[in-house]
Amino acid sequence: MLKYVGQKILIAVATVFVLATATFFLMQLIPGDPFANDKVPVAVQEKQRAYYGLDKPLGEQYVIYMKNLLKGDLGYSIKKTGRTVVDIIKEAFPVSAKLGLFSLLFSEAIGILFGILCAQFRGKWPDYLLMLVAILGIAMPSMVLGPIVRYVFGVKLHWLPVSGWGSFSQMIMPAFVLGLGTVAGNTRSMRASMLATTTQDYVKTAKAKGLPPWKVVLRHQLKNSLVPIIPNLGVQIASVLMGSFVVESMFLIGGLGRYFVDSITNLDYPLIMGLTIFYGTFLVVMNLLVDILYGLIDPRIRVK
Amino acid sequence: MEDKKILEVKDLVVSFDTFQGAVQAVRGVSWYLKEKETVAIVGESGCGKTVSIQTVIGLNPRKNGSVKGGQALFEGKNLLDLTEKEMRDYQGNELSIIFQDPFTFLNPTMTVGQQIMEPYLQHNKVSKQEAREKALEILKMISLPNPEENMKRYPHQLSGGMRQRIMIAMALICNPKILFADEPTTALDVTIQAQIMELMNSLKDKINTSIVLITHDMGVVANMAERIYVMYAGEIVEHGDVDTIFNHPRHPYTWGLLGSVPRLDKKIQEDLYSIPGTPPDLISPPAGCAFAARCKYACKICKTQKPPRIDFEEKEHYANCWLNHPEYIRRNGVVRREGGYDGE
Amino acid sequence: MSEELAKKEWENSFAEDAFEPLPEDEKNGEKIVRKNTSYWKDVWRNFKKNKAAMVSLVLMAVMVLFVLIGPEISGYNYYSNDYSAVNQGPSTEHWFGTDNLGRDLWTRVWAGGRVSLLIAILATLIPEAIGMIVGGISGYIGGKVDMIIMRIIDVLMGIPSLIYMILLMVVLGSGNIWTLIIAMSITGWMGSARSTRGLVLQLKSREFVTASETLGASPAWIITRRLIPNTLGIRVVGITMSLPSAIFYEAFLSYIGLGVTPPTPSWGQLIKAAGEVFRYYPYQFIIPCLCVAVTMLCFNLIGDGLRDALDPKLRS
Repeated sequence: MLKYVGQKILIAVATVFVLATATFFLMQLIPGDPFANDKVPVAVQEKQRAYYGLDKPLGEQYVIYMKNLLKGDLGYSIKKTGRTVVDIIKEAFPVSAKLGLFSLLFSEAIGILFGILCAQFRGKWPDYLLMLVAILGIAMPSMVLGPIVRYVFGVKLHWLPVSGWGSFSQMIMPAFVLGLGTVAGNTRSMRASMLATTTQDYVKTAKAKGLPPWKVVLRHQLKNSLVPIIPNLGVQIASVLMGSFVVESMFLIGGLGRYFVDSITNLDYPLIMGLTIFYGTFLVVMNLLVDILYGLIDPRIRVK
Repeated sequence: MEDKKILEVKDLVVSFDTFQGAVQAVRGVSWYLKEKETVAIVGESGCGKTVSIQTVIGLNPRKNGSVKGGQALFEGKNLLDLTEKEMRDYQGNELSIIFQDPFTFLNPTMTVGQQIMEPYLQHNKVSKQEAREKALEILKMISLPNPEENMKRYPHQLSGGMRQRIMIAMALICNPKILFADEPTTALDVTIQAQIMELMNSLKDKINTSIVLITHDMGVVANMAERIYVMYAGEIVEHGDVDTIFNHPRHPYTWGLLGSVPRLDKKIQEDLYSIPGTPPDLISPPAGCAFAARCKYACKICKTQKPPRIDFEEKEHYANCWLNHPEYIRRNGVVRREGGYDGE
Repeated sequence: MSEELAKKEWENSFAEDAFEPLPEDEKNGEKIVRKNTSYWKDVWRNFKKNKAAMVSLVLMAVMVLFVLIGPEISGYNYYSNDYSAVNQGPSTEHWFGTDNLGRDLWTRVWAGGRVSLLIAILATLIPEAIGMIVGGISGYIGGKVDMIIMRIIDVLMGIPSLIYMILLMVVLGSGNIWTLIIAMSITGWMGSARSTRGLVLQLKSREFVTASETLGASPAWIITRRLIPNTLGIRVVGITMSLPSAIFYEAFLSYIGLGVTPPTPSWGQLIKAAGEVFRYYPYQFIIPCLCVAVTMLCFNLIGDGLRDALDPKLRS
């Protein structure tokens, strides 16, 4: 287990390093001076230049940049004058994290439940119905689903607030839109995984013990079926994160995703760089945690 | 002196529908088991022995009509008539099974202790603590080292032999009336095989269980069983008690199986005999004797007409083979196993 | 019992040669030989049985047809503004209505389809090809080369492609179809490389590779002519499945402002523009959404069908 985790951490560190380096050199490729902007006060422009040491040779700039990163310093935003990127992350990340966690829980719970039901009723109508729902989820990306859901439940039915953040009712729609895409994936992989375990020998052993079907499913199949879908969790966190860019802009939620989209529209380079590195590191850490969780659930991996 | 028959299977027919057609896995098989007796069903893999016992204990789905006919009378009750729900009261309780491969038949994500206790908790109204004590008692009986520690382990942390002991403990915890052992040693190393056989032999005396042993290994049979059914291509081709089958076998297929056993009383340089060819396709089984295609002694009639059952002078000894037919003997003389006791 | 039976049999009197030895060649006279069909014919036969996949295939063909001829038959082009006909609903004049600049939406939807599908196809095939070559080399050569390539892929795959993609788009400058394709190609080849490597590792010890080796074929020839063609069958499912994600990426990048620049339409662009006015002009939104949904759904179902058809376990 230690060796397994150690190896994963090593790769994670390398990944973050590559990402930071790539970000730095890619930014160098932007034609012209990224900080030259008529709308930005000259004083701020000067501050940026000095911060990045733009007057110094490239190698030195890189060293300065990496040193700042290690200190946890991601520089200043151009557009949100006077605010550091770290400030913005501190303010906006908790919002995104809450939304993401909520939608992830929703999609895991529903996806696993649907998957089990589909597998149990394989080839009968509940299977077809749930798979239809799941497959529609795949075909409806958040930018399609979002406006429709908003219109129906917000504008027409007045059940839920159309935008904003804070109350629980404001969370439901964005979390649903964000989670539905992964519900589909979860249902499909859980179904396949459940079907794969049905033919396993140990399931036959469980039946030979005279256990009723629900005990066979819950005790013997469920945990074993979860094992192969755990690695998907990393991908799902990434997809929820990506979806948050769309959903937060759409529902006017002041999360990190909305800042990121704004920074792209505003060409706020330091913010783009900073958030890219933050997102990258965050996902790498999440993947690492997923890998460790995988090791904990499947005792066979722990020993390796 | 007449022993009570605890299980009697009559004319069992099982077939599975596949895309290519119905596979006639078991074609009219009858056998019985007496109390405290060990019976062996012997044959190559794919001959229908596993299918027939899994049908009896209700592990093959019955809904799609795979059981085409026959009866399996357990204490006078036909198991094949029971619903799946009714059947569950017997499974793991009065009828239990040891599977072939302890590597795949144990749940990898559950501790072995939980797995052993499971049938006991299912079939008895007891607390977890009582179940644990019962499990420990069984594990001590099958002499598993450090039972308390090992119960907390996962299957992959145990050796093959230990895992098979776990399977045995799991099968015995409810004091079954019949224990089915499906190739219990095949997946194990040779030395471990011997240990497990020894264990099962010693258990026979300790517990009041009848055993149905399924194997392709005549060596295993000789050590354990009292009677032997030889099965080929979904049919029983010969039956008799152990002494009879080993000393006076009358079916060429049995001769082949016996030839595959290394024997100490034979000269070493003699090659171990193996039966050439493969069993027939059971989607369209041959019209005559199923073994004809692989049989050294096959006659023209073997291909067209099923051999009749012919009984011999030993108790309950019979075989289905034309070689034993009076007309064959009249025309061609007596044929006996080469190199066997009869032939010497 | 036996005597009785024997007596009965006796009376039946057997044929003269009944107990003559059976000749060796007659022993296996009844073997059934199953018809040997070619691999792809077999796959197609199985694929045809899957109704959902067949419907999807037909639907996709219709879609492609419209995308090809749609913009040509409307009599409008996708960029001309007409301020006298702004935000009009569907009519005989404008089949899908017009947008806020009075542009004909029928033309824009199908012209947008050209852009979206072109991006999807190229952004799937190019990284697939890169991945196959890298994976082929890695798997075939093995040893240190393999280890280094695989570690690099591990690191690159650590971060979802999206982060790189956004970074690349910011740097390369958004707005151009080719920038999108390049960004997706640079970020998308790792999965295919990994899977191809795995397949090549299985294949490389097979006879047909050994045969080529003994005949003195170069590694490049073996990889491109022997190994990669044999992995194609399995990779085809992966390719089909990554088409919808490319469609999605395009829509996503357009949504966050990194897609093609107006007036060039793409489905993502149209959805973004119409999403803002969905409440007032739902038709502007629903039509491109349907296009995206149908395309993603169809490719997914086709992929499913292909996977089942290719799976030897399911084949009878």
